[in-house]
Amino acid sequence: MAHLSEETTARARELVGLYPHRRSALIPLCHLAQEQDGWLRPEAIEEIAALVGLTPAEVLATATFYDMLHTEPVGTYMISICTNIACMLRGADDLLSHAEESLGVAAGGTTTDGMFTLEEAECVADCGRAPCVQVNHRFFGGLTADSFDTLVEDLRSGRLAADVPPHGTLIRVRRNGGLRVGTSTGEVASSTATEAGEA
Amino acid sequence: MTITEPPRIVTSRLGYEDSHTLERYLATGGYEGLRKALTMTPEQVAAEVDAASLLGRGGAGFPAGRKWSMLRKAPTTYLVVNGDESEPATFKDHMLVERDPHQLVEGVVIAAYALGVAQAFIYLRGEFALGLERVQAALNDAYDHGAVGRGIFGSDFSVDVVVHPGAGAYICGEETALIESLEGKRGFPRIKPPYFPAVIGLYGEPTVVNNVETLSNLPWIVRNGGSAFAALGEGRSAGTRLFALSGHVRNPGVYEIEMVKTTFRDLIYAPVLGAGIPGGRDLKAIIPGGVSAPWFGPEHLDLPLGQDEVAAAGSMLGSGSVVVMDDSTCAVRAAWRVTRFFWRESCGQCTPCREGSGWLEKILRRIEDGAGREDDLDLLMDACDNISPGVAWPPQQTTICVLGPSIPSSIASAIRMFRDEFLLHVKEGGCPHG
Ligand SMILES: Cc1cc2nc3c(=O)[nH]c(=O)nc-3n(C[C@H](O)[C@H](O)[C@H](O)COP(=O)(O)O)c2cc1C
Ligand code: SF4
Ligand code: FES
Repeated sequence: MAHLSEETTARARELVGLYPHRRSALIPLCHLAQEQDGWLRPEAIEEIAALVGLTPAEVLATATFYDMLHTEPVGTYMISICTNIACMLRGADDLLSHAEESLGVAAGGTTTDGMFTLEEAECVADCGRAPCVQVNHRFFGGLTADSFDTLVEDLRSGRLAADVPPHGTLIRVRRNGGLRVGTSTGEVASSTATEAGEA
Repeated sequence: MTITEPPRIVTSRLGYEDSHTLERYLATGGYEGLRKALTMTPEQVAAEVDAASLLGRGGAGFPAGRKWSMLRKAPTTYLVVNGDESEPATFKDHMLVERDPHQLVEGVVIAAYALGVAQAFIYLRGEFALGLERVQAALNDAYDHGAVGRGIFGSDFSVDVVVHPGAGAYICGEETALIESLEGKRGFPRIKPPYFPAVIGLYGEPTVVNNVETLSNLPWIVRNGGSAFAALGEGRSAGTRLFALSGHVRNPGVYEIEMVKTTFRDLIYAPVLGAGIPGGRDLKAIIPGGVSAPWFGPEHLDLPLGQDEVAAAGSMLGSGSVVVMDDSTCAVRAAWRVTRFFWRESCGQCTPCREGSGWLEKILRRIEDGAGREDDLDLLMDACDNISPGVAWPPQQTTICVLGPSIPSSIASAIRMFRDEFLLHVKEGGCPHG
């Protein structure tokens, strides 16, 4: 039995078809697998490897480079609090301490009910609304301790279900393959192809 | 102070709630630039961009027209859009991809036409979930509208555009790391030479990499002509530019400002822009172009926002972000936080960057925590010197990419400007700011 669902596999094949070389679909496929499972299960990694023509070890070695790809389970909601410079200047450290206390986990941890993973993040490019928080990569700016608690309450009760899709869901719009007008060059051995020139 | 009212080049639709839709875009002149471009030759379009003096908005400020002219001739070439926007305190592309995705798509197709590429990729940082959705939706609509794909608007020009999500790694904003990432690999920057993207880029083919904001200017430039763009601003710094203002200001946000005609003081204090520092506090320091840039002090407030002007004063406009720190800010803590960022995000290929960032972070942390020693200041500068010999500006580079040499910027600035504050931390055994 395949681990990735029929639907996920079909979407994965479509994504692979978007690129001149199938390895390029590696990260998008990891996102898809996370959309299904919440994290990158070993079984999913095996199937991704087959789809992009690599070994599972190669997929894993690539995935671990990227902060958004999780090789261990995470909570239903990934709460990322930015503490980088613009947010630091506007109270992000206090907000993070508050979040740790109110959720009962240190940054990096997951609540025992599996609901929330708390993460200290680098700049999420929303600095005008510091201190900035993302929940499953949806933006919530200008939070205070109180509005943070309200946010957590709303997430818990499901009131924000429409605004914050499940963990791993990046693009709710169908990814259009276009018409493939490009002149695909076939298999290129590696990116170290041609001779050097001056630029 | 005078705030000039420039034409709004990339922010003209922001007043509309539905600025991201095709309907709004078409009702406000959308895709007219592309239609016009298709009546010109690709060379004519490129010439307009060259005449515009459009400097790249991603950080390095390289003229777009010149970059395009360096693309090696080959049967297959690519255009890659850099929407990784991860330089701390930079948040302008975020706005552009969420609020005006069609403008970006139109810019991409215009550039593809001028360059003669048949395949473009828009690489957006994975954290832009809504941005990814909006750009993908815009692209799907643009395909249906005939603005992307085969035989665009009845012409014989065709191009495919693919939106590609990143997955959280600052270094993937560096153009060769971005290309590696787009090939499905770890984001390790490539050695230049030989890997200049214009020569050996994506899949080994010649590739132009341009920033989101750079390309978002193209519809206006083609519609109004390169000389109309060049008439704004001054000298090489033509047109308008987005500035992302954050930190201790009343009105943080993204502002479109005519280059050179506006100063840091205007941006921070003008009532229609930053509106000043809250609580009537004094300005302590400014980080002018992303955290890779050396800091400025109050004495630089009257410096114009122009690329060459800021470079001559010893820093850079970089990614177009300005962080304001008031007099309550701890300089040690600010430098430490920026350094910790670089330490976390170093890709680890080069020893000076990987190890140096870690040591610098530890030393700064112990000073901030009150366990520092007086000779830690020399140690910091020595470690900075090991990463970038001479700790000069622009920095010397001994590493594969410029992330490494960017690390000393904030540390050297903080020590040069606030040496006494570092010493006070050591003497008092803790942070005087509490
Ligand atoms: C460490 C590092 C991070 C970078 N991050 C970005 C980025 O997030 N977005 C961007 O457009 N350029 C970034 N750049 C600059 C790119 O390498 C490249 O110069 C730029 O995308 C070219 O586009 P432009 O000429 O239109 O500015 C970064 C460079 C370095 C060294
Ligand atoms: S300078 Fe740093 S980030 Fe750049 S390639 Fe070297 S180790 Fe990687
Ligand atoms: S510094 Fe926090 S979002 Fe940019």
